[in-house]
Amino acid sequence: MNRIDACFKQLRERKLSALVPYFTAGDPHPDTTVPMMHAMVEAGADIIELGVPFSDPMADGPVIQRASERALLHHVSLKRVFEFVRAFRMTDSTTPVILMGYLNPVEVMGYASFAAQAAAAGVDGVLTVDLPPEEGAEFVAALDRHQIAPIFLIAPTTPPARIKIICSFARGFVYYVSLKGVTGAANLDILAVTEKLKQIRAASSLPVGVGFGIRDAQTAASVAAVADAVVVGSAVVKQIEEHGAAGAVNAVAKLLREMRAAMDFGRLG
Amino acid sequence: MKNSTTKIPYQLPDALGHFGPYGGRFVAETLMQPLEELRLAYERYRNDPEFCAELDFDLKHFVGRPSPLYYAKRWSETLGGARIYLKREDLNHTGAHKINNTVGQALLAKRMGKKRVIAETGAGQHGVATATVAARFGFECVVYMGSEDIQRQAINVYRMKLLGATVVPVTSGSKTLKDALNEAMRDWVTNIDNTFYIIGTVAGPHPYPAMVRDFQAVIGREARAQMLEQEGKLPDALVACVGGGSNAMGLFYPFIDDNGVAMYGVEAAGDGMHTDRHAASLGAGRPGVLHGNRTYLLEDADGQIIETHSISAGLDYPGVGPEHAWLKDAGRAHYVPITDAEALQAFHQLTRLEGIIPALESSHALAYAAKLAPTLRKDQTVLVNLSGRGDKDIHTVAAIEGIKV
Repeated sequence: MNRIDACFKQLRERKLSALVPYFTAGDPHPDTTVPMMHAMVEAGADIIELGVPFSDPMADGPVIQRASERALLHHVSLKRVFEFVRAFRMTDSTTPVILMGYLNPVEVMGYASFAAQAAAAGVDGVLTVDLPPEEGAEFVAALDRHQIAPIFLIAPTTPPARIKIICSFARGFVYYVSLKGVTGAANLDILAVTEKLKQIRAASSLPVGVGFGIRDAQTAASVAAVADAVVVGSAVVKQIEEHGAAGAVNAVAKLLREMRAAMDFGRLG
Repeated sequence: MKNSTTKIPYQLPDALGHFGPYGGRFVAETLMQPLEELRLAYERYRNDPEFCAELDFDLKHFVGRPSPLYYAKRWSETLGGARIYLKREDLNHTGAHKINNTVGQALLAKRMGKKRVIAETGAGQHGVATATVAARFGFECVVYMGSEDIQRQAINVYRMKLLGATVVPVTSGSKTLKDALNEAMRDWVTNIDNTFYIIGTVAGPHPYPAMVRDFQAVIGREARAQMLEQEGKLPDALVACVGGGSNAMGLFYPFIDDNGVAMYGVEAAGDGMHTDRHAASLGAGRPGVLHGNRTYLLEDADGQIIETHSISAGLDYPGVGPEHAWLKDAGRAHYVPITDAEALQAFHQLTRLEGIIPALESSHALAYAAKLAPTLRKDQTVLVNLSGRGDKDIHTVAAIEGIKV
């Protein structure tokens, strides 16, 4: 069983939801990336979503755009991101790592080479924001050959028939984007999210993660009540931006511990 | 069995918006359904008699079409060689070809019940053309423009404001057209319910490249008929500048099956192709994915998009429409570079010899025509798309020559 499936199985047995923090690799500095990943796990993260910086992050709000710019100042390339994951795997062989980014850096590397290098580094899943299933068959096949899970997004605008198609391509889990907008946008509407999750669960037995608009322990807890995974991006990156290389790791760990406690409150047997 | 040598007419893109390996729809999931709704609306109305009649009426009475096809006699004779004809898109309302497309998309927005339109702009021409139709149809209008371009194109910024548009400066990335496009996409994904995104060029996710081409194809249809009327034959060559490539695609498209007509797309070579300060994505780029489509891009070894340079803001873009990428690979069109200096020289030459001040974008096409014409016979013809007028560039040209206007 791959790490993502094992992680969700284990959480399901304990009736818990996964806490999935995102941050951009190399932000604020390449030296802090691997320590940040370990600190996240220690603070209660179940899966780590590692952002691959891109010059034109079209689906991201200002917070993650700035993270990309900071990382690119240090020329953090895909190859560098693989090195971070490989270093993380030296002492953590169980926590799933998912890469999240845009297609162009992957296109430049080539799908087959990307998948082989990602697998060798210890990557478990890949979410390519601007690659819908319609254009993704070749990429999904390349990932499949290395048992890497292709993670796909489902949006509030996705009609039921399309949810089925997306789920048929997806492995590991599907990621529901809780609102129309870019990352770090306004608060999510938990009732609307709950409604949409029903449609998704009717179409697939895959675990469902929810992201976009989860900013504090309270929203994390309310999403955890209905979703299998809670993805936290901009709120984490905001801590990194505010605290810089010296304080980022501690500040993020504090935020995650609060979220973890709120998510698990009353659910731990 | 039918004669197997019968030529199949050109009919790209395919159902998913592909021009060979290029084009497609590479966007975040939230935009997939809205793009499909846009495609369905466009498919429904493009052949709807009422829609076509309204579009034709507006192109005639609001835009001022047909635009003249003008034989540049003095200039042609000075160059010595082919007779050069200019398709006068500079005489359209708002001074460029951009209005052909914004009128079409505005009519579509109206039918789709959208009350708010957004646009990206580089030189400001598409922003002005969008603000213009927004004023006329009563849409709220927001235009995204790189802060660098806002500096270069102050007059167009003020025109947009006069027309009631909100101009939002984009300060991320290279602060030019590509970043304005990113920001417009972010607005669209956030305000998808009430907003129509009027893309200004033949790029972006399907159906934009095909839709914008179709709205701009009025240029080529008119020019083809005018050429036959004035010369009694088709032109030997077409020349148009290519940033995103909408004026070129509009001119080329109706001629694609005319194999005797050569096509030249002129890219901005900036300081020169031997430097890294240019914007020639077809000349020096490689295929990749940006802004919703697969096409030629200027990028570094890691796949990060690089900053481009051109004297003309409208050509300062690291990508290009996917259909141009396809026409290049297929060998049907040729893409050639023209430097800032060459474009400036053509700008002055046309102004002095023909009394027409061209846009700096169009000056790139003129500069290539000036190289091409002398290599052809006097009974041959070259058709240049004079895509816009140069009023907006007066300050740029004056500044280069050390003159304060």
